[in-house]
Amino acid sequence: MVYFILKRLVQSVFVMLAVAFLAFSLFRFVGDPVSQMTGVETSVADQEKLRDDLGLNDPFVVQFYRFTTDLLQGDFGFSYRTRQPVADMIADRIPATLELGIVALLISLIVGIPAGVYTALRPRGVATQAILMTTLVGVSIPTFVIGIMLIFIFGVQLGWLPTFGRSGTVQIGGWESSLFTIEGWRSLLLPAITLGVYQLTLTMRLVRAEMMEVMRSDYIRFGMARGVPMGRLHYRHALANTMVPVITIIGLQFGGVIAFSIVTESVFQWPGMGLLFLESIRFVDIPVMGVYLVVIAFFFVLVNLVVDLLYVAIDPRLRVRDV
Amino acid sequence: MLVIKDLAVKFPSRFGDFTAIEDVDMVIRPGEIHGLVGESGAGKSTVGAAVIGLLSSPGYIAGGEISLGDTDLRTLTPSEAHAVRGDRISMIFQDPQTSLNPLMTIEDQLIETIQAHSDVTHAEALKRAVDLLEEIGIKDAAKRIKAYPHQFSGGMRQRVVIALAICTDPELIIADEPTTALDVAVQSQVLDLIKRLARDRDIAFMLITHDIGVIAQVADRVTVMRHGKVMESGETRQVLGAPEHPYTRALMDAVPPLDRRIDRFRVPEEAPIAGDGPTGNLAEDWLLEGQRSDLLGLKLTDLTVTFAAPRTSIFRKPDPYVALDNVSLTVRPGTIMGLVGESGSGKSTLAKAITGLVSPASGEMRLGDAELPYGKTRSRYHPSRQLIQMVFQDPYSSLNSRHRIGDILEEPLWFYGFVTERAERRRLAAAMLELVGMAPDAIDKYPHQFSGGQRQRIAVARALLARPRFLICDEPTSALDVSIQAEILNLLKDLQSTFGLTILFISHNLAVVRQMADDTAVLRAGRIEEVSSTENLYENPQADYTRSLLSLTPVMPKDWVARGS
Repeated sequence: MVYFILKRLVQSVFVMLAVAFLAFSLFRFVGDPVSQMTGVETSVADQEKLRDDLGLNDPFVVQFYRFTTDLLQGDFGFSYRTRQPVADMIADRIPATLELGIVALLISLIVGIPAGVYTALRPRGVATQAILMTTLVGVSIPTFVIGIMLIFIFGVQLGWLPTFGRSGTVQIGGWESSLFTIEGWRSLLLPAITLGVYQLTLTMRLVRAEMMEVMRSDYIRFGMARGVPMGRLHYRHALANTMVPVITIIGLQFGGVIAFSIVTESVFQWPGMGLLFLESIRFVDIPVMGVYLVVIAFFFVLVNLVVDLLYVAIDPRLRVRDV
Repeated sequence: MLVIKDLAVKFPSRFGDFTAIEDVDMVIRPGEIHGLVGESGAGKSTVGAAVIGLLSSPGYIAGGEISLGDTDLRTLTPSEAHAVRGDRISMIFQDPQTSLNPLMTIEDQLIETIQAHSDVTHAEALKRAVDLLEEIGIKDAAKRIKAYPHQFSGGMRQRVVIALAICTDPELIIADEPTTALDVAVQSQVLDLIKRLARDRDIAFMLITHDIGVIAQVADRVTVMRHGKVMESGETRQVLGAPEHPYTRALMDAVPPLDRRIDRFRVPEEAPIAGDGPTGNLAEDWLLEGQRSDLLGLKLTDLTVTFAAPRTSIFRKPDPYVALDNVSLTVRPGTIMGLVGESGSGKSTLAKAITGLVSPASGEMRLGDAELPYGKTRSRYHPSRQLIQMVFQDPYSSLNSRHRIGDILEEPLWFYGFVTERAERRRLAAAMLELVGMAPDAIDKYPHQFSGGQRQRIAVARALLARPRFLICDEPTSALDVSIQAEILNLLKDLQSTFGLTILFISHNLAVVRQMADDTAVLRAGRIEEVSSTENLYENPQADYTRSLLSLTPVMPKDWVARGS
């Protein structure tokens, strides 16, 4: 067990190194930092001096080493665009994206899992067919169209919810949260639904497919044959077994939700990391882009680690060997 | 008492209703073990499912009566039927590996079942569960009950399944192939347990099985089914010892006896074998042409195969799992060597080592005079890859379902460069189909269009088209019905004697090996317990293990015999 987790940790280190390498390559090979930092009037000699001072003439390996050690110490460098430390910029934006992602995930789980169970248990029902049709439409429409439609209906036509931006935030320590005011939730709702819709359909379909598979298994049939109450069979026996494979996909998808919140954030002008990333691209702000890459990769790795731990919690076959 | 009268079950389909069973009559008294035999598709399991009310959708009961005691089971509402399940009727499934929920402890599963049917506290239910496990032969039950299913061995798991089935004191238990997935030693313990429960607790058992030996050992009465109809029914000894119905007689003829060797099984409607037609002769001539070289034997010396055990610590390398431990075995040229052993004894590992699918840790393998390189060091073009061919256990997964039979059969011909011309390859493949007793038009079909027995014939044809000198048959008939098994065994015998093949015949079924093998080796936990000529080994077993295997294999008592042959 401990060995299993250690192995995963070591693997994670290698993944992070690979991503750091990619991020570093961005710096090194996309554009020339010196020409971006200096104006046309800077002399060639001054440019060379700057290049030397910044260590850009050092061998590749040395530069990469310096880059990684700086990253590890929390020194993410400075933005070309705003001249602010990148670490501060990211830290400012992380709460917005994380809250958006987590609420989107919760919506998708709270709706997706029961819907999946329902459609699996009543495969021929009218409601089931309706749900399946609707969600099929849901996956087929691109995220930004869903976002725009939601804005149009709830923001413009009905005027119930704000159409863009984040408001009603409360400062808790270093974390700017919008989860503690009604106003915050009002602005969070539409983007979270937009972001969660795809995940929701995926979760639902996955739960449905797995659950139908599990309901055909011998141990469920045996449970029926010995008269275990149906509710218990469905929710205690079948659902737990369904969740084992579903968790993997949900975990992977959550990483994706964080990473691909870019589209949703730009539709709703949500001040999260995705929006920051878009702005950085527009200004070729390579340090921010590089760090964004590393941070997102870190989330992926973290989520996968959590998924592995959840596995162990759910499945005794991974926990205990012999008594 | 269970009474079934004129029971009919239908499955609606696009082409009208398919009748799974009809006119089934059966009476099972308390304490009686009633055997239900028949081949796959005979409708045995459907009878059981209809009684317990768990027919798989869209099947329905089209007519007849089922009553348990005074209760008419057909008139129950779904919730009443669910209350009867477990309380009065319970069920034991075939595979103990899959019939327990892997995520719940034995304790939880037992207690929820007890509490579902009687109003007792958790503590009372727990006590009852522990007592029951003790009674059923699980030692230290108070502690073991906390374990998860995967922590029990197969036999112990089936005991737990039985405990779950009887924990509510049902009147009737439907046991669907309860011992098919178990080794003989465990099987005999489980059968004893069923016998004891029927006697002591007066539980009626419906024992569904395809194994005539099992029926002979434990059943009081037996019903023989075929194509959804009852062929014959009566006292076990009467039905099996002096079968009246021709089908029962044919079925009994197809069962390989453990106590003697018969040259050929009598198979009704047997397909003509070994090319009477001109095309069959083509394949025969082609094969014989390839057999001009000497017969090849196989010699294994001190063969050891180990697998890495799962690692649990970073600092300590776990001891490897020894699958084969210094195995030495000689297969004489042109003979059949039988290899028997329980599951996990290393039979299949041995086959894999010989074919180069698994790399041994040490030891020597020789085919004829040539040494066989280990696993991956054996080149793709090593001659042994052609000389050694294999017939696998499961004909459903050993043929590529997306390839036509023709493509499957022609592959070895072009791969080994025997026949370069496409038309000629096709002719030969068709001829080979005829040789193994299949219609030549099979060549354009896909594997799913054939039954298990036919597929196994195709697998044999594919192996032969590589012109092998050494054939490994790994449980070639254990997925097949007895009558089909008899046909395949006849076919293998014929081919072996015509073409002088050397065969390693792997099986867990001692009776089958006795019919096939010239010599027999007994494998246990990776070691050879005993090797001897088959007659000698069966008549005069030396190792204790062989003796116990032979005595535990369920057979028909000798004095019942009224066999035709």
